Amino acid sequence: MKGTNMKKTVIALPLAAIVLSACVTINIYFPAAAAEKAADKIIEEVWQTQQAGKPVEEQK
Amino acid sequence: MMKNIVRTWLAALMLAVTLNAWAVDLEVNTPGINAIKQSMQARHAQLAPHYASGAVGLTADGLVAMRDAGAVSLAQRQAVIALVAAENRDRGALYAEIANANGHPEWLAEIRGTFAQRWIQRAQPGWWVQSGGNWTRK
Repeated sequence: MKGTNMKKTVIALPLAAIVLSACVTINIYFPAAAAEKAADKIIEEVWQTQQAGKPVEEQK
Repeated sequence: MMKNIVRTWLAALMLAVTLNAWAVDLEVNTPGINAIKQSMQARHAQLAPHYASGAVGLTADGLVAMRDAGAVSLAQRQAVIALVAAENRDRGALYAEIANANGHPEWLAEIRGTFAQRWIQRAQPGWWVQSGGNWTRK
Protein backbone atom coordinates (compact mmCIF):
# COMPACT_ATOMS: atom_id res chain seq x y z
CA MET A 1 0.00 0.00 0.00
CA LYS A 2 2.79 2.32 0.99
CA GLY A 3 4.63 1.45 -2.24
CA THR A 4 1.63 2.37 -4.36
CA ASN A 5 1.32 5.75 -2.68
CA MET A 6 5.02 6.41 -3.31
CA LYS A 7 4.59 5.61 -6.97
CA LYS A 8 1.60 7.90 -7.18
CA THR A 9 3.66 10.69 -5.72
CA VAL A 10 6.45 9.97 -8.18
CA ILE A 11 3.96 10.47 -11.00
CA ALA A 12 1.97 13.34 -9.54
CA LEU A 13 4.83 15.61 -8.50
CA PRO A 14 6.54 15.99 -11.89
CA LEU A 15 3.12 16.31 -13.47
CA ALA A 16 2.25 19.19 -11.18
CA ALA A 17 5.64 20.75 -11.86
CA ILE A 18 5.15 20.63 -15.63
CA VAL A 19 1.65 22.05 -15.53
CA LEU A 20 2.79 24.81 -13.18
CA SER A 21 5.80 25.67 -15.30
CA ALA A 22 3.54 25.84 -18.35
CA CYS A 23 1.36 28.38 -16.57
CA VAL A 24 4.39 30.41 -15.53
CA THR A 25 5.63 30.36 -19.13
CA ILE A 26 2.36 31.89 -20.27
CA ASN A 27 2.58 34.64 -17.72
CA ILE A 28 6.20 35.70 -17.91
CA TYR A 29 7.45 35.66 -21.47
CA PHE A 30 6.51 38.31 -23.98
CA PRO A 31 4.88 36.56 -26.97
CA ALA A 32 6.92 38.25 -29.69
CA ALA A 33 5.38 36.42 -32.64
CA ALA A 34 1.85 37.06 -31.40
CA ALA A 35 2.67 40.72 -30.88
CA GLU A 36 3.94 41.00 -34.46
CA LYS A 37 0.80 39.40 -35.74
CA ALA A 38 -1.35 41.74 -33.68
CA ALA A 39 0.67 44.77 -34.79
CA ASP A 40 0.34 43.81 -38.46
CA LYS A 41 -3.39 43.44 -38.11
CA ILE A 42 -3.79 46.84 -36.51
CA ILE A 43 -1.41 48.54 -38.97
CA GLU A 44 -3.34 47.09 -41.89
CA GLU A 45 -6.54 48.51 -40.49
CA VAL A 46 -5.12 51.92 -39.66
CA TRP A 47 -3.32 52.34 -42.98
CA GLN A 48 -6.01 50.46 -44.93
CA THR A 49 -3.34 48.42 -46.68
CA GLN A 50 -5.31 45.19 -46.72
CA GLN A 51 -6.34 44.27 -50.26
CA ALA A 52 -9.20 41.81 -50.71
CA GLY A 53 -8.00 39.36 -48.08
CA LYS A 54 -4.42 39.50 -49.28
CA PRO A 55 -2.22 41.46 -46.91
CA VAL A 56 0.47 43.58 -48.52
CA GLU A 57 3.43 41.78 -47.02
CA GLU A 58 6.52 42.81 -48.90
CA GLN A 59 5.75 46.27 -50.05
CA LYS A 60 9.10 47.91 -50.74
CA MET B 1 4.68 0.54 -14.16
CA MET B 2 7.52 2.18 -16.05
CA LYS B 3 5.30 2.30 -19.12
CA ASN B 4 2.61 4.06 -17.13
CA ILE B 5 5.01 6.69 -15.86
CA VAL B 6 6.29 7.37 -19.37
CA ARG B 7 2.74 7.61 -20.65
CA THR B 8 1.81 10.04 -17.91
CA TRP B 9 4.87 12.14 -18.64
CA LEU B 10 4.01 12.27 -22.30
CA ALA B 11 0.47 13.32 -21.50
CA ALA B 12 1.77 16.05 -19.23
CA LEU B 13 4.17 17.25 -21.90
CA MET B 14 1.40 17.45 -24.46
CA LEU B 15 -0.74 19.36 -22.00
CA ALA B 16 2.09 21.82 -21.44
CA VAL B 17 2.52 22.31 -25.19
CA THR B 18 -1.21 22.85 -25.59
CA LEU B 19 -1.25 25.40 -22.80
CA ASN B 20 1.59 27.27 -24.48
CA ALA B 21 -0.21 27.21 -27.81
CA TRP B 22 -3.21 28.88 -26.21
CA ALA B 23 -1.07 31.81 -25.30
CA VAL B 24 -0.07 32.69 -28.86
CA ASP B 25 -2.70 35.33 -29.50
CA LEU B 26 -2.68 38.80 -28.05
CA GLU B 27 -5.99 40.37 -27.15
CA VAL B 28 -6.45 43.40 -29.41
CA ASN B 29 -10.20 43.47 -29.71
CA THR B 30 -11.37 45.64 -26.83
CA PRO B 31 -13.58 48.72 -27.06
CA GLY B 32 -10.64 50.89 -25.97
CA ILE B 33 -8.29 49.53 -28.63
CA ASN B 34 -10.96 49.72 -31.33
CA ALA B 35 -11.73 53.33 -30.52
CA ILE B 36 -8.07 54.33 -30.80
CA LYS B 37 -7.74 52.37 -34.04
CA GLN B 38 -10.70 54.21 -35.57
CA SER B 39 -9.30 57.54 -34.53
CA MET B 40 -5.92 56.70 -36.09
CA GLN B 41 -7.55 55.37 -39.23
CA ALA B 42 -9.48 58.62 -39.68
CA ARG B 43 -6.34 60.69 -39.11
CA HIS B 44 -4.28 58.66 -41.55
CA ALA B 45 -5.91 60.28 -44.58
CA GLN B 46 -4.57 63.62 -43.35
CA LEU B 47 -1.16 62.30 -42.39
CA ALA B 48 -0.45 60.25 -45.51
CA PRO B 49 0.46 63.20 -47.78
CA HIS B 50 2.92 64.40 -45.15
CA TYR B 51 4.57 60.98 -44.95
CA ALA B 52 4.89 61.10 -48.74
CA SER B 53 6.34 64.62 -48.79
CA GLY B 54 8.83 63.76 -46.06
CA ALA B 55 7.47 66.38 -43.69
CA VAL B 56 6.57 63.63 -41.23
CA GLY B 57 8.48 60.41 -40.65
CA LEU B 58 8.14 57.20 -38.64
CA THR B 59 10.41 57.09 -35.63
CA ALA B 60 12.35 54.14 -34.24
CA ASP B 61 10.26 54.23 -31.06
CA GLY B 62 6.90 53.61 -32.67
CA LEU B 63 5.79 57.21 -33.02
CA VAL B 64 5.73 59.83 -35.76
CA ALA B 65 7.73 63.05 -35.85
CA MET B 66 7.99 66.28 -37.80
CA ARG B 67 11.07 65.57 -39.88
CA ASP B 68 11.19 68.40 -42.40
CA ALA B 69 9.06 71.38 -41.49
CA GLY B 70 10.18 73.02 -44.73
CA ALA B 71 8.13 70.52 -46.70
CA VAL B 72 4.95 72.08 -45.30
CA SER B 73 3.75 75.59 -46.06
CA LEU B 74 3.94 78.03 -43.18
CA ALA B 75 0.16 78.26 -43.12
CA GLN B 76 -0.17 74.49 -42.74
CA ARG B 77 2.62 73.93 -40.27
CA GLN B 78 0.65 74.35 -37.05
CA ALA B 79 -1.97 71.93 -38.31
CA VAL B 80 0.66 69.29 -39.08
CA ILE B 81 2.29 69.76 -35.69
CA ALA B 82 -1.11 69.20 -34.10
CA LEU B 83 -1.69 66.11 -36.25
CA VAL B 84 1.63 64.64 -35.17
CA ALA B 85 0.89 65.33 -31.51
CA ALA B 86 -2.57 63.77 -31.74
CA GLU B 87 -1.21 60.73 -33.57
CA ASN B 88 1.46 60.21 -30.92
CA ARG B 89 -1.11 60.48 -28.13
CA ASP B 90 -3.16 57.78 -29.83
CA ARG B 91 -0.16 55.56 -30.46
CA GLY B 92 1.00 55.81 -26.85
CA ALA B 93 -2.52 55.02 -25.66
CA LEU B 94 -2.79 52.11 -28.12
CA TYR B 95 0.38 50.43 -26.87
CA ALA B 96 -0.68 50.87 -23.25
CA GLU B 97 -4.19 49.58 -23.98
CA ILE B 98 -2.81 46.44 -25.61
CA ALA B 99 -0.47 45.79 -22.69
CA ASN B 100 -3.29 46.32 -20.19
CA ALA B 101 -5.86 44.32 -22.16
CA ASN B 102 -3.50 41.35 -21.93
CA GLY B 103 -2.95 41.81 -18.22
CA HIS B 104 0.71 42.74 -18.68
CA PRO B 105 1.32 46.48 -18.36
CA GLU B 106 5.03 45.63 -18.13
CA TRP B 107 4.97 44.52 -21.77
CA LEU B 108 4.48 48.13 -22.88
CA ALA B 109 8.06 48.71 -24.05
CA GLU B 110 8.14 45.44 -26.00
CA ILE B 111 4.79 46.14 -27.63
CA ARG B 112 5.98 49.60 -28.59
CA GLY B 113 9.19 48.12 -30.02
CA THR B 114 7.26 45.53 -32.02
CA PHE B 115 4.99 48.19 -33.48
CA ALA B 116 7.96 50.42 -34.27
CA GLN B 117 9.50 47.67 -36.38
CA ARG B 118 6.27 46.80 -38.12
CA TRP B 119 5.26 50.39 -38.94
CA ILE B 120 8.67 50.92 -40.50
CA GLN B 121 8.69 47.63 -42.36
CA ARG B 122 5.25 48.28 -43.80
CA ALA B 123 5.86 51.92 -44.66
CA GLN B 124 5.24 52.79 -48.28
CA PRO B 125 8.06 53.52 -50.71
CA GLY B 126 9.10 57.14 -50.43
CA TRP B 127 8.19 57.50 -46.77
CA TRP B 128 10.87 58.50 -44.30
CA VAL B 129 11.73 56.18 -41.45
CA GLN B 130 14.20 56.40 -38.63
CA SER B 131 16.92 53.79 -38.23
CA GLY B 132 19.91 54.03 -35.97
CA GLY B 133 19.16 57.67 -35.23
CA ASN B 134 19.19 58.66 -38.90
CA TRP B 135 16.35 59.26 -41.29
CA THR B 136 16.25 57.13 -44.39
CA ARG B 137 13.85 57.12 -47.28
CA LYS B 138 12.21 53.82 -48.09
